[in-house]
Amino acid sequence: MNNTAYLTLQNGVVFKGKSFGASGEVTGEIVFTTGMTGYLETLTDPSYYGQIILQTFPLIGNYGVIPADFESETISAAAYIVKNPCQNPSNFRSEGELDTFLRERGIVALYDIDTRALTKIIRQNGVMNGKISAEPLQTDSPTFSDIKNYSVENAIAAVSCRKITKLSEGERKIALLDFGAKKGIAECLTKRNCRSYEVWTFPHNTSAAQILQLNPHGIMLSNGPGDPAEAANIPIINTVRELMESKIPCFGICLGHQLMAMSQGYKTRKLKFGHRGANQPVKDTSTGRVYITSQNHGYEVIAPHSWLNNVNDGTCEGLDYPNGSFSVQFHPEAKGGPLDTEFLFNKFLERVNNYAVK
Amino acid sequence: MPLNKAIKKVLVIGSGPIVIGQAAEFDYAGTQACRVLREDNIEIVLLNSNPATIMTDKNIADKIYIEPLTLTTVKRIIEKERPDSILSGLGGQTGLTLCMQLAKDGFLDKMGVQLLGSSPETIDKAEDRQIFKETMQKIGQPVIPSGIASDIDTAVKIAEEIGYSVVVRPAFTLGGSGGGIADNETQLRKIASNGLKLSPITQVMIEKSIKGWKEIEFEVMRDRVGNVIIVCSMENFDPVGVHTGDSIVIAPTVTLADREYQMLRTASIEIVKALGVEGGCNCQLALNPHSFEYAVIEVNPRVSRSSALASKATGYPIAKVATKIAIGYSLDEIINAVTQTTRASFEPTLDYVAVKLPKWPFDKFVYAQKELGTQMKATGEVMAIADNFEDALLKAVRGAELGLHTLDLPRLSDKSVPQIRELLDRVTDQRLFVLYEALKRGISVEQLHDITKVDRWFLHALKNIKDRSQLPISNRQLFKMVDTCGGEFEAKTPYFYSINNGMENEALPFIEQSQKSQKQRVVVLGSGPIRIGQGIEFDYACVHCVWTLRKMGYETIVINNNPETVSTDFDTADRLYFEPLCIDDVMSVIEIEKPIGVIVSFGGGTAVKLANKLHERGVNIIGTSADSIDICEDRERFDTLLERLEIKRPQGSCVMSTAQAINAAEKLGYPVLLRPSYVLGGQNMVIAFNENDIREYMGIILNTTQDNPILIDKYLSGLEIEVDAICDGAKNGGILIPGIMEHIERTGIHSGDSIAVYPTSSISPAVKQNLFDITKKICMALNVRGLVNIQYVLYQDEIYVIEVNPRASRTVPYISKVTGIPMCELATKVSIGEKLSDLGYASGIAKTPPYTAVKVPVFSFEKLAGLDTHLGPEMKSTGEVLGIGKTSAEALFKGLVAAGYKMNKSGAVLITVRDSDKAEITKITEKLVKCGFSLYATKGTADFLTKSGFKVKTVEKISDCADNNTATLLESKKVNYIISTSEKGRDPAFDDVKIRRKACKLGIPCLTSIDTANALADSLLSGFDEFNTELIDINTLQHF
Repeated sequence: MNNTAYLTLQNGVVFKGKSFGASGEVTGEIVFTTGMTGYLETLTDPSYYGQIILQTFPLIGNYGVIPADFESETISAAAYIVKNPCQNPSNFRSEGELDTFLRERGIVALYDIDTRALTKIIRQNGVMNGKISAEPLQTDSPTFSDIKNYSVENAIAAVSCRKITKLSEGERKIALLDFGAKKGIAECLTKRNCRSYEVWTFPHNTSAAQILQLNPHGIMLSNGPGDPAEAANIPIINTVRELMESKIPCFGICLGHQLMAMSQGYKTRKLKFGHRGANQPVKDTSTGRVYITSQNHGYEVIAPHSWLNNVNDGTCEGLDYPNGSFSVQFHPEAKGGPLDTEFLFNKFLERVNNYAVK
Repeated sequence: MPLNKAIKKVLVIGSGPIVIGQAAEFDYAGTQACRVLREDNIEIVLLNSNPATIMTDKNIADKIYIEPLTLTTVKRIIEKERPDSILSGLGGQTGLTLCMQLAKDGFLDKMGVQLLGSSPETIDKAEDRQIFKETMQKIGQPVIPSGIASDIDTAVKIAEEIGYSVVVRPAFTLGGSGGGIADNETQLRKIASNGLKLSPITQVMIEKSIKGWKEIEFEVMRDRVGNVIIVCSMENFDPVGVHTGDSIVIAPTVTLADREYQMLRTASIEIVKALGVEGGCNCQLALNPHSFEYAVIEVNPRVSRSSALASKATGYPIAKVATKIAIGYSLDEIINAVTQTTRASFEPTLDYVAVKLPKWPFDKFVYAQKELGTQMKATGEVMAIADNFEDALLKAVRGAELGLHTLDLPRLSDKSVPQIRELLDRVTDQRLFVLYEALKRGISVEQLHDITKVDRWFLHALKNIKDRSQLPISNRQLFKMVDTCGGEFEAKTPYFYSINNGMENEALPFIEQSQKSQKQRVVVLGSGPIRIGQGIEFDYACVHCVWTLRKMGYETIVINNNPETVSTDFDTADRLYFEPLCIDDVMSVIEIEKPIGVIVSFGGGTAVKLANKLHERGVNIIGTSADSIDICEDRERFDTLLERLEIKRPQGSCVMSTAQAINAAEKLGYPVLLRPSYVLGGQNMVIAFNENDIREYMGIILNTTQDNPILIDKYLSGLEIEVDAICDGAKNGGILIPGIMEHIERTGIHSGDSIAVYPTSSISPAVKQNLFDITKKICMALNVRGLVNIQYVLYQDEIYVIEVNPRASRTVPYISKVTGIPMCELATKVSIGEKLSDLGYASGIAKTPPYTAVKVPVFSFEKLAGLDTHLGPEMKSTGEVLGIGKTSAEALFKGLVAAGYKMNKSGAVLITVRDSDKAEITKITEKLVKCGFSLYATKGTADFLTKSGFKVKTVEKISDCADNNTATLLESKKVNYIISTSEKGRDPAFDDVKIRRKACKLGIPCLTSIDTANALADSLLSGFDEFNTELIDINTLQHF
């Protein structure tokens, strides 16, 4: 800790800070998250693949490193920026502190910069790329354009599992299509309301036929990183369409939601700076109820009449499909964030159970 | 769900006088509530007995009653005004309890009044400990094992079942009055018997002690549709066991991982849902630091002190939103006032931390027990914001006006390590500093954690502070915004805090904007934490100053650090800097704002103290000059001035040592008044009747203050008169005295503790003219521009000046309200340079209204064990109420009722007075006998009264007879009033002090001044009762 390091933004703005975690240089897309707890879940969330995570809450690492709270075994994010990392964490489950953890995982991190100023730059200009390095990059430097040219590509392939795995035993079968799934999703499915479910995870490139061979009673489409409209995703979208046509209840979360929507003809677009945090209000237009949700996404589905809407900016937060499938943009599994919408898993599993007895 | 159209006229009940556990936060909440109702064109009837509030201002409500907060009075007001609804959740425990009583005896139904906000069932579920426990068990939320007892034996039985240690919590008491932790049966019997007495329903809860668990709070907001959000989470530095009002608190929580946080967040939401709360609710939970085990401690189904803190810590206006919900709106229909684009249905997220530090009265009350427990003792609090805990804590300490700029408490430096270790076992107001000293002495974080159970995270932070090189405030200080959303949305409300290290100064664009608008900027300094001697009235004055300046076209900047106030509401001033009122912090703001000047005269002693320092730094002081302020504070300069003006003052001199003091006292002749120079609220002030008193006093004072001389004055026992005046400077020569007040108690009792009557009835027109002339002379000589408060004593027909305060005083809101003269507005205008004559006010004493208004002080003695309740020159009251009536008798009656006197007109009185008062006790005794009271007295007094022809029963003093004495008499509940005056006081070991403490514990009114006793006797004889007094809407009063 304490070596000077710099963050150079693609617009030429430079932040001088100090380095922690692993040493080295790294380029990525900078996104900010406003959650005040849940930094471990954030760090290990595969959806951050290729991105530099910026925490708006200034005190990070307070409760140390708790492996049980990881959302995946690896850190997919490119780098980490916080204001004040905690060196003396305190929590009964803590097994270490943040600096060492990031160093061991090879994650470059930066601290002691004006994180609020950086957040506001992103809010005002939209998501942008940046590079963390030991020296600031001049705009006339030959490698400066690398920052601007950086983009997150082939993201799903990078974080999806490699082989089909049975996660749990149970009477009903659920296929979890893994685009970079957070552990929390499977945890919400394996055991619910005194019933166990047989959950299988499938790599992103599994064909519909192969998935259907399992005769699942429900299909879960996970969260994941990257631009849903990326060319590499076309085969996946086709698979999703086939799965939805099967009439087996499908439930999509985040990227899963976007891919389901795209398979049904909806388009997506990039949000200026996305929704990342644990305080996003989502309104159920059918009941008028508002729920506080955990979110992490940079793209939205363009849908004029949605089942669920974001109260702040009106963007689509959830779609209901005629065949019993539905999808949400936010994270009902939370981890981190509020558990207010965990009931959506009940809704899905109810449909799974109905489908199974049909 | 939009506005409920059936709501057209709402009764809003305030929380009454400031007492420990119920401070300025309810003025802030009530004012917000009224504004919300106004926005929707709802007619507002307001009831509050506390005149020093913004909410009782004429522009806040349509009908304003400064009347006693009693069930009878509320009913009478409802009958008179016929509101269709009543708002229950914004008047603290006082307002809530009144609403519950109204609902329960069917009065609301009978009158067709609906209770807005949470229903009576909800309130019962939350407040009645047994129903609460059952509700929690029903929804599977863990509660601490406990039982309810209505007598001591049951309490003991429950404790045996649960196992010691147990916590005793009396039902329905403010700030947990009368509670405590018992480690064994003896302790339990003592605490429980006290708790049972204090509980209005004679009920205590005995619960398992969970000492050492973390105490976590959530501020929850729920609407009638069922939408729920968490406004703010808070973590207490002090583990469970210390009342949250006495804890250092950080927002948000810091040591909880997301799992624990969400577990407790979900629990809070489930609780609020099960209770059916509509509006704001505070949930307190305890978390075992070694597991996921937790327990619900309690909930407050209303706006509270914590919600004021949460509002200021996040920028989310809880009282405003709670009121909107009460009148029908759902969360997603309410706009987030900070961003003005998003909705109230989101959870604020912080990108800083806020730290609250309580302000305790122990600097004044040297004999009060400083141990912190379940009984709240703090009178106020400060909040500080920074991007790390260490800086926020240091800011809070600076801003708490403890005379400290670091965590180094000088008096600990000469303690030995074993002494420090011993101190660690005591949980007092000084624990933070003891912990710091311990770290400095090499005691490890682990050891400290083992002893105190304070979380290691906080202890490491203290260690970080210790390990820092002595950092002054960095000159790289810049300002960041509180925006509710961590920067995700653009915020429109300029609410700032400083940080020491950053790139962007967010205040600058706002200042540039203002420069473009060509508006001139004025900084108004607030009054800091509420404490004895400096209460809510100074916030009232600051807010009016700001409002006036805004109306005049100035851009206003407020600096203050008290989260409970209206002045720190983000839309009071154009810009708010939530910063300590210390010179360096204030200068940081001034440097970037570049105002035309600073107004210090509304922020009480806190702001005035900075005048000289600001002046030295070249800052323009608007209004009375720093030099004039200094003349009033500096004994020698003040004496010289009065001599030049040929104005009398009690003789006196300055001394530095005990020997000098005794010498001076002999020259002046006893009794003498002793006080340190630069005083606030009569801090450490005593009347010495003899050499021993001087020795005792000097012993204490030399221990607490350092280099300042001690003032010693001849004590003159006469009529105390108080004048508030507005002067527009020597050049213009205008001076207006809106009101002259006289005190019921003679000199010797602090003006803040005296019953003050306006208009005066016992002084002649000639004396009045004389007072005007002297006031004018002083104001002209000091070139006062703005407010001045002068205290006089009329002694043997001569006027003596006691004190001149060239600033807003405690009585300004009171006189403004009764006379209808907008004193703060006028004072602001003249300090900027306007002339009184141009404002429509001729020089002179203003016409008096056809009403009398009596200010009665209110005390929080039951919260401060060990403190002598005897009144003296040192101020002890925490708040005040006003009684307004056609006659002074009616006003006094209302004032006394509002102050909590039950006004029983029969029964018995115990009299025990000092020799010097005996001559005057006969006429009071006569009145009491006429009323029908029987008499008890201690030996000396009884002998005297018997000789005077009264029938008196003699009672032994406590020290003279163990089982049949004054204390046992009080316990027998035969006595309704006590008149107890003594020459000796303060030390809890004295017999007189013991009897007064006993009276306080038993809730028996104890009059410690012969004059108060006389006034009470008169009032009891006056024929007034709660039904025949006139209810006065002060909005109509102002048009007299």
